[in-house]
Amino acid sequence: MLYILTHYWSELIQGLGYTLLSSIIALIFSTIIGTMFAIFEVLPNRAMQIIGRVYIEIFRNIPLLVIAMFFYVIIPMYVAKIDGFTAGTIGLTIYTSSFIAETVRAGILAVDDGQMEGARANGMSYWQAMRFIVLPQAFKIVIPPLGNQFINLVKNSSVLAFVAGFDLMYQGNSIASLSLDTINSYVVVGLFYLVITLPLSYYMRHLEKRLA
Amino acid sequence: MQNFIEAYSWVNLRFLLEGLWVTVEVSIISIIASFVIGSILGVLRYVKIKYLSAVVGFIVDIIRNLPLILIIFFTYFGLPHLGFKPGIIFAAVLAMTIFESAMLAEIIRSGILAVDYGQMEGARANGMSYVQALWHIVFPQAIKKTIPTIVSQFISLIKDTSLATIIVLPELLNHAQIIYGQNSAYILPMFLMIALMYFIICYALSVLSRILDKKLA
Repeated sequence: MLYILTHYWSELIQGLGYTLLSSIIALIFSTIIGTMFAIFEVLPNRAMQIIGRVYIEIFRNIPLLVIAMFFYVIIPMYVAKIDGFTAGTIGLTIYTSSFIAETVRAGILAVDDGQMEGARANGMSYWQAMRFIVLPQAFKIVIPPLGNQFINLVKNSSVLAFVAGFDLMYQGNSIASLSLDTINSYVVVGLFYLVITLPLSYYMRHLEKRLA
Repeated sequence: MQNFIEAYSWVNLRFLLEGLWVTVEVSIISIIASFVIGSILGVLRYVKIKYLSAVVGFIVDIIRNLPLILIIFFTYFGLPHLGFKPGIIFAAVLAMTIFESAMLAEIIRSGILAVDYGQMEGARANGMSYVQALWHIVFPQAIKKTIPTIVSQFISLIKDTSLATIIVLPELLNHAQIIYGQNSAYILPMFLMIALMYFIICYALSVLSRILDKKLA
């Protein structure tokens, strides 16, 4: 194990960097996109509600790998050349945004109707009330589930290994085949993942207890 | 358009359906095995046996926080180095079961915690032993509460089966790759078709989960 750690340190760190980079980019964009579709779903407009619902249901029910492979294989054929990292991160963003949309929607619905009504009665427009009154309260409710989504993102970013995304899992495979020490290579890669996910998941559990 | 008509020939569609069947088969076997193992682990974590519960809890947390792909690689490429060589299907089922058992253990434990403690006290007061009360009174109620969550977990299992293409499990995505490997014009039609197949199954299950959620609540 120490041999793997010392000899392939730079590959491992690079992999960790790509994994974190991809997860953070995907988290930021999927939160933005997810929030947008969550708002679509609660708007008093039937057409927008349907758009929101369709987006969420489609991408929640298709495997992440199929979405990532789609961007890796199809987009370069018809649209533009993109590398594995970009394709994987786009797939990750779209997949996760549907889950985040569902979470944020539940958060918005959990905010009492009176908040919106009160804000409107005080002269705010619908958008002002949404932006300054409802969304901040909704986000307070959805912070623990969003944290869990980030943990899932770090784990799910391992699909980058399928599309040559140079992430931790990808590096793990190449280390396993270079060093011929399969068991220890995967154990080391597993430890690298746990260093990120385990503290986060204990912190999220603590946060859930405190906010509950 | 011509590509689509050719790509969706009966031979290709039948080949995809065979892959879909493997996906469903592997998912069903894994979810049943995981349900049994997950229940045992969940109960062990709940009952607080000195050391044992803490160890079980720690192992469950570790597995839950690892990517499934890593576990698949480990069972298929790692285990042979430890003197045990599983076949492709067995390795896939084993990996899914290990991962999913840990997920279900946590779900079932929270289900048990959600059952009112009065149930246990009432059963004990009526002369049942702790184990009897747990098995006959608390556990069935806990399972009833967690069924919708277990169904959603089954949905993610079906989606996750696609990750086993990396060890060439002959499931849906793998069969699609074989078809478009022969003719690159079939790539887009194949992706759309398998997306549709996954969607139909997972969406139907998610509707089922929602109905159960309303009925059991």
